[in-house]
Amino acid sequence: MSINDFMTMRHELILAALVLLVLIIDMNLKKSQKQLIIPISLSLFFIHTVVGFLPAQTGVLFGGMYHTDALTLLMKNILNVGVFIVLLQSTTWLKHSDNGDKISEFYILLWSTLIGMNFMISSGDFLMLYLGLELATIPMAALAAYTHHQTRSAEAGIKLILSSALSSGILLFGLSMIYGTTGSIYFDTIGAVYSNAPLQVLAFIFFFTGMAFKISLVPFHLWTADVYEGSPVNVTSYFSVISKGASVFILIMVMYTVFHSIAYLWKDIAYLIAVMTMTIGNLFALRQKNMKRFLAFSSIAQAGFILLGIMGGNKIGMTATIYFVLVYIFSNLGAFGVVSAISAKTGKESMDDYDGLYSTNPMLTLLMMLSVFSLAGIPPLAGFFGKFFLFTSAASGGYYWLVFIAVLNATISLYYYLLVVKAMFINKNETPIAFFKSDNLTRAGLLICTLGIFILGFWSQIYEFINSVSFAIVN
Amino acid sequence: MTGTIPLQSFLVISTLMFFIGIYGFLTRKNLITMLMSIELILNSVNINFVAFNKYLYPQNLQGHFFTLIIIAIAAAEAAVAIAIIINIYRNFRSIDVDNVDELKF
Repeated sequence: MSINDFMTMRHELILAALVLLVLIIDMNLKKSQKQLIIPISLSLFFIHTVVGFLPAQTGVLFGGMYHTDALTLLMKNILNVGVFIVLLQSTTWLKHSDNGDKISEFYILLWSTLIGMNFMISSGDFLMLYLGLELATIPMAALAAYTHHQTRSAEAGIKLILSSALSSGILLFGLSMIYGTTGSIYFDTIGAVYSNAPLQVLAFIFFFTGMAFKISLVPFHLWTADVYEGSPVNVTSYFSVISKGASVFILIMVMYTVFHSIAYLWKDIAYLIAVMTMTIGNLFALRQKNMKRFLAFSSIAQAGFILLGIMGGNKIGMTATIYFVLVYIFSNLGAFGVVSAISAKTGKESMDDYDGLYSTNPMLTLLMMLSVFSLAGIPPLAGFFGKFFLFTSAASGGYYWLVFIAVLNATISLYYYLLVVKAMFINKNETPIAFFKSDNLTRAGLLICTLGIFILGFWSQIYEFINSVSFAIVN
Repeated sequence: MTGTIPLQSFLVISTLMFFIGIYGFLTRKNLITMLMSIELILNSVNINFVAFNKYLYPQNLQGHFFTLIIIAIAAAEAAVAIAIIINIYRNFRSIDVDNVDELKF
């Protein structure tokens, strides 16, 4: 293995170097200078994001355990952009005096999870997949418990680590059965010999259960709302977009390459789970009053829509799924950006507090409206095209009834998204949230989201590029 | 040596351990005990991997490697979980799940 081979895993290596660099810089700063970490980390990560887009070499490392190609590079770049927006949005909150001496921890933990996700996306066997999954999960629990003097944050952390440990235990039991029946842990070898033998079907169900926990599909969603509500807002936005997006990416790749021979079977399972996830996520979102909890249930419902793309099983399906995740990153981060800007300035997170927001903070209100409209799928915003392609792929797979149910659910979701808009524009409030100015970094984060929401839907080159690198179920 | 105990015995033990772990996780109220239940689950997976490797595919060592990595990761997971449990104790003065109930719908 030469130095040139190492450049294949450039994304992960640069991130690991950044983690160490921030750690070393933090050790050399005095307590009063700790805030310097924020601009340093932001610029370092910006360089990493830009470097990620440079042409990279592709190939296979570690005897097939690790591989990169145009598709995995695209997925990593999508995640990088999302993480950069999250970092921009989190600056105001990080500057609070409570976080004084642990600013660097936020960046280190967050980037560690991102390394895990990158390894997970690039994995060529189940060992690397499991390693990446755990590297993406364990620091995440520490992030959820970041504000350790708050009882809610600690509770969110313990709920996240226990439920994710249980889910990876279940996933591993499935993997052990896969190993027992096929004698290999490599995706290619397993995919070639996998059949519908009872033990292998059982193994698949265990595996799918473990992954469904991570994407928070119903009935494995119960941890989601609590963890989202208890964690700091910016950590919540990271959970709901980046971590969910990475899990969706790896799930679709494994389903299409490893379990392609039992596709007829997992499509039935996914059908049921998609219907349950969309319906239950929507019905629970209707009655939420806390904005974080509300967005948590809306993100559960969105995960149900994503399953439609996975079920398509063809090239359009994979393209639609990746495209939807990209659009979802911008729309959801727009909504979370507003919630976090308001939460960092005033500490208010309830939907009732948003009453009459338009009279005091019109720009934030407009952005919030755009984001929720994009999440609901109203044309001409990007969210509409995302949902449209998902429905197209499911329809091309012949699932007309599922598309019908999904359209009904999209209508229900419009109702509760409009509740937020109604609160901000129509509801009267004696004491609305006072006018405040966000700092430039937060504004930049919100601006990127707005541009994404507007441009992505019309910039067809993006869709075509995703289409050119994605693949259908191998037969 | 491998001829004396059939593979099925290992699988029965590991499956029992797995479901005892699930049962313990769902019924126990103490956070540390829940963590122990997860260890039971992970160790049942370890038994599975080693037994399959030894009996069915003795020519390569993938199962053994997997087991070693699961052990290492389980330790990391327990470390973070116990750190959070200590934090829970400081905040709630209890590590009983019935008392850790601030977040509800």
